[in-house]
Amino acid sequence: MGKKVLIADDEPNIVVSLEFLMKQKGYVVKVVNNGQDALAAVGEFAPDLVLLDVMMPLLSGYELCQKVRENPAWSGIRIIMLSAKGRDVEVTKGIAVGADAYVTKPFSTKDLLAKVAELLGE
Amino acid sequence: MSDKARFALVLAAAWGCMVAAVAAVLLLAVADLPEHEAAVFLPVLRDRAPGIVVGLCLLLLPLALAVHALMRRFVKAPLQLAEDARIMLVANPAHRAPARGAAGTRALAATLNDFADANAALKRDVEAQIREANERIEQERNRLAALMSELAQSVLMCNIEGRILLYNARAMQLLRKPLDSAAAPGKAHSLVGLGRSIFAIFDRNLIIHAIESIHDRMRQGTRSPVANFVTTAPAGQLVRVQLAPVLAAASGPGSEGAADGIAGFVLLLDNITRRIESGSRRDQLLQSLTQGTRASLANMRAAVETIASFPDMDKQAQDRFIGIIGEEAQNLSARLDQTVGEFADSLRTEWPLEDMRGADLIAAARRRIETKLALPTKLETVDEAIWLNVDSYSLMQGITYLVARLRDEFGIREVRFGLGSAGPLAHLDLIWTGAPLGFETTMAWQTDAMALGGEACPLTLAQIVDRHDAEIWYQIDKPAQREYFRIAIPQTRPEETPWSSALGAESRPEFYDFDLFHQPGQTPELDNRPLASLSYTVFDTETTGLAPSAGDEIVSVGAVRIVNGRLLEQEAFEQLVDPRRAMSPEASKITGIEASMLENQPTIDKVLPAFSTFCEDTVLVAHNAAFDMRFLHLKEEATGVRFTQPVLDTLLLSAVLHPELAAHGLEAIAERMGINPIGRHTALGDAIMTGEVFLRMVPLLAEKGIRTLGEARAASQKTYFARIEY
Repeated sequence: MGKKVLIADDEPNIVVSLEFLMKQKGYVVKVVNNGQDALAAVGEFAPDLVLLDVMMPLLSGYELCQKVRENPAWSGIRIIMLSAKGRDVEVTKGIAVGADAYVTKPFSTKDLLAKVAELLGE
Repeated sequence: MSDKARFALVLAAAWGCMVAAVAAVLLLAVADLPEHEAAVFLPVLRDRAPGIVVGLCLLLLPLALAVHALMRRFVKAPLQLAEDARIMLVANPAHRAPARGAAGTRALAATLNDFADANAALKRDVEAQIREANERIEQERNRLAALMSELAQSVLMCNIEGRILLYNARAMQLLRKPLDSAAAPGKAHSLVGLGRSIFAIFDRNLIIHAIESIHDRMRQGTRSPVANFVTTAPAGQLVRVQLAPVLAAASGPGSEGAADGIAGFVLLLDNITRRIESGSRRDQLLQSLTQGTRASLANMRAAVETIASFPDMDKQAQDRFIGIIGEEAQNLSARLDQTVGEFADSLRTEWPLEDMRGADLIAAARRRIETKLALPTKLETVDEAIWLNVDSYSLMQGITYLVARLRDEFGIREVRFGLGSAGPLAHLDLIWTGAPLGFETTMAWQTDAMALGGEACPLTLAQIVDRHDAEIWYQIDKPAQREYFRIAIPQTRPEETPWSSALGAESRPEFYDFDLFHQPGQTPELDNRPLASLSYTVFDTETTGLAPSAGDEIVSVGAVRIVNGRLLEQEAFEQLVDPRRAMSPEASKITGIEASMLENQPTIDKVLPAFSTFCEDTVLVAHNAAFDMRFLHLKEEATGVRFTQPVLDTLLLSAVLHPELAAHGLEAIAERMGINPIGRHTALGDAIMTGEVFLRMVPLLAEKGIRTLGEARAASQKTYFARIEY
């Protein structure tokens, strides 16, 4: 069975592309579109990697990231933050709250797939 | 010794000498004679003795004349010269010594006169210089007052204790505190006043911190240190403050003890509320633009790259990605449109506009057209209530330029102005009658560089109109047989309501008093301070009736301040109060306050805190103060405001000054002191009159040896009236 990737983003148009690409790469994909659902999915779906949007309703990407990192049981989960917030302070904050990578929109899908593969140790 | 005695003495001495000389000659002659000659000579001498004596006596007259002449010449003349010199020195600088006496004395008098001439010339010169210097100072004072009143910034100057020595109308307007009442929207009173404490307006620690930081920088040798901070004004506006020190005359930056050389400070205040709002709106827009664009671009790029990476994907999936690209492209342009629409204002901050009444702009344009172009102008309908946000100079230049071309190229002999409101826009019309202009002509005028009677202007009319977010077009009103240029320009509302004083609008505002620099702070130990040096709040209340204990209430409070012996009518407090009970008809009749005037006025619990702030750090003065103070004290519990200041009563002081007189009513005292009783029976009118009365009492009290606050209070308490209670 392939590695599991959770896509948490409230922008349906990016989700379509991300989901398609991840599935093409053979990952098992689950999509959620708000922070609360994302937190629940981290527990239930037990992803290996989360593609996490920063600006999400109910719970922001930053908050979700901190909650995941608080729980030692989830320490193996890799997190890539995807955000249109591209200022230095925002990137710094993303890494500081526990993201493994911070990718600023718009991004190259090829680079993103490479980053996913790298973080999953492939 | 008198002149006669001196003369008699000298004459007697001279005659005595003469007699002695004659006697001596005779004695010598007789002594040397042989005996037989002496026997002949002595009987002859004895026979002639009476004749000799008579001769000697007769010589007394010419001798007296000679002595008199000599004394006048050599004794009296110098004495008179000394007197003349004394008169010139002390009494009359124009007096000159006449030439008298001997040659030496005359020469001395001439020299003295020359000295007096030189002294008079010097004095005239010094007086002229003093007059000139005084005129210069007065002129500078006037210039300062004019500058301050025209300044768009708010300015306050304080002494080191934080007492306000100078302020301008802008500061008074900015630093108003609204009365805390929903029932009285828009009511506010200013916290600014001469001699009042700046710490009632801004946090003391903030100011102290700023002064300390200036001290530090002065110690480090900074030449003109200033401190900047942003704080909130009493009404909640965001204010940027620049604090600059006023150095004591003897010190300079870097000099020893410079830290202690600050005599006061100047505060420049800038209301930045609107700027901050527009700044944050700009940030917000910029952020939403960049983030929204990034998101859309990300979605499009991901879709494009997915299609490119998997060219064999099925038709349905492909359509979906293409749909995403189309949708995101549309989102992107919609967002750009929105941003440009909302952002337009903020993008143009470098060309500053200011609020101006449309009617004022037209008046200025008319003056310019009449003087520069010598063309008569008239007004049609002008809506006085319209405010515009304009660069008045460039807009006026644009209008004058249009009129100049109308005159030069179409021979127009008169223009008229109209200003009307059309929803959020104002229509500013420039109207004339004459030959119709072609559309092309009006277009060309808008894009030509404006040159106006030798004044080159790099701008075009189109640019100026564009800067004002306005549009301009040419229109023909055929039925009325007239043509006009219409400038449609957004209306604005003024940022701050124009300041006006109900009082003394004609007189020059008394906004500065530098003597306060030398006034020590007011402490509870006020009793030893001279009356003339204290700050006072003179106040009066109007009430529903005369029995505070029986439920009568205050309906009006009026007050003015006295600082450094000056009654400051501009710094007045005047507020009607809703008494929450009916006015008696008698009270209405006396005060002129009808029940309807009290509707929607704030209640006493809102007014007293504001009044308390107004009187802070001053001695209260009222006529028959016991009456007013009783009303105030009865409200202490309900309002939480306590008036613990020392109080002086002009009724009691009048009894101190004129114990033999029976009439101590305000009007009677005013009449005695020659004060015009206009405006009586309004709280403010009575307060002003009481203030004038009090000011005239201070020197009269001093004549009776009552000079300090403590002495005035003690004397008041001894009068009969002090025993009246309400």
